[in-house]
Amino acid sequence: MTMLKQTPLNSAHRAMGAKMVDFGGWDMPVNYGSQIDEHHKVRNDCGMFDVSHMRVVDAKGDGVRAFLRYLLANNADKLTVPGKALYSAMLRPDGHVIDDLIIYFMTEQWFRIVVNAGTAEKDIAWMKQQAAAHAPKLTIISRDDLAMVAIQGPNGRAKVWQVLPQTRAATEGLQNFQAADCGEYFVARTGYTGEDGFEVMLPKEKAEELWYALNRAGVPPIGLGARDTLRLEAGMNLYGQDMDETVGPLESGLGWTVDLKSPRDFIGKATLVANPPARKLAGLVLLDRGVLRGHQKVRTAYGEGEITSGSFSPTLEKSIALARVPNGVQVGDTVQVEIRDKLLNAKVVKYPFARNGKGLIS
Amino acid sequence: MSNPGNLKYTATHEWVKTEADGTISVGITQHAQELLGDMVFVEAPEAGRKLKAKEECSVVESVKAAADVYAPVSGTVTAANSELDSAPENINSDPYGAWIFKMKPDNAADVAALLDAAAYQAVVDSEAH
Repeated sequence: MTMLKQTPLNSAHRAMGAKMVDFGGWDMPVNYGSQIDEHHKVRNDCGMFDVSHMRVVDAKGDGVRAFLRYLLANNADKLTVPGKALYSAMLRPDGHVIDDLIIYFMTEQWFRIVVNAGTAEKDIAWMKQQAAAHAPKLTIISRDDLAMVAIQGPNGRAKVWQVLPQTRAATEGLQNFQAADCGEYFVARTGYTGEDGFEVMLPKEKAEELWYALNRAGVPPIGLGARDTLRLEAGMNLYGQDMDETVGPLESGLGWTVDLKSPRDFIGKATLVANPPARKLAGLVLLDRGVLRGHQKVRTAYGEGEITSGSFSPTLEKSIALARVPNGVQVGDTVQVEIRDKLLNAKVVKYPFARNGKGLIS
Repeated sequence: MSNPGNLKYTATHEWVKTEADGTISVGITQHAQELLGDMVFVEAPEAGRKLKAKEECSVVESVKAAADVYAPVSGTVTAANSELDSAPENINSDPYGAWIFKMKPDNAADVAALLDAAAYQAVVDSEAH
């Protein structure tokens, strides 16, 4: 038996009645009752997530921007205003995806990077290896001393200001995808739900105090179950399901994050340019009764595809999915999904499926 | 919620209720619905289908996962609960009221041989360790 890793909020989750599961080696709350209720609370009001399993990495020193410009598929030069954030894939030389991450431009000496939990160790090893070769003056610091709480939903920011009034002045003017360093609290207007809100990075020993204070202010805890349906409705990729080290970003719906136009070179670029993708990521809505799930086969007029993420959408009250399909498949097509011994009809749609409290599929 | 004493159970988390006419109603237990979470889809077997004991015959799906439901004994399906088509969440709110299908057992003694509430609870407790 392996010991599961725990975040600083582990006992708080248990005290709040969470059902805990093994989430990639972490003992995490999947729900605190009804996952569907939790989903609706975030779309319509707000809720808080413990995302302390994710890893904060600080890249510090001279030349950090030039290093990230080479390391990542998206272009760090898009970040001109301090605090602004950028979503990017980090690729291997063969163009496959090591991870997806968010970088925050704080100063020309400091970029903050947030990476996935399950990939953190390999990401940091890769970054250090690349830094040693291309930017030896840089330091890559794993911030194991930090916890992270996401407060998401239309009323989320106001709740943060109520509980952490000292952060208000610095964060009131934040644009979407922008962060402010407020001393102990690093507050970012980012998230993984398709709703407005903040992600707050803070010292581990402060996490429980913030969690309970938010709860007293009326913010309910939300489990990773609802986090998954919220991000799927919002059309956001999940590393390990929608992309991994066997596929590239262009066949994973991440073309919008890959800058192939500027003369800038980056790791993986040559392979991407030389190998235009034959597949793409598409949104599906199930027309028949059932539930779409990852790894189900998709039959199309242009060949076979596969669902990468599928679930029930509480906002649409229909089953939805992301699927990797041949390029010829177009929005509006009807495709067939193999579910057990049946072939069920699904419609190809433009995603996101829902954001900002509303379904986007008619 | 404890497991009702008037029902029989399987080690695969189905409950079985013997009705006055000799048919049995089959559903999933409190423990099973709690493990699966919010139900969103139920696929019940069609009336007339002959089932063998332990055969996969129905699927219940929560937001999180799909789970097979097994025939508790051999027999013939007599009805499916169509209410669950539009209200699968009844399995969460009332697991011992929300039957999924009814069947006529080939042999009533097979039903008598299923687990009683205490024996089923022992199965649940052993899975927790």
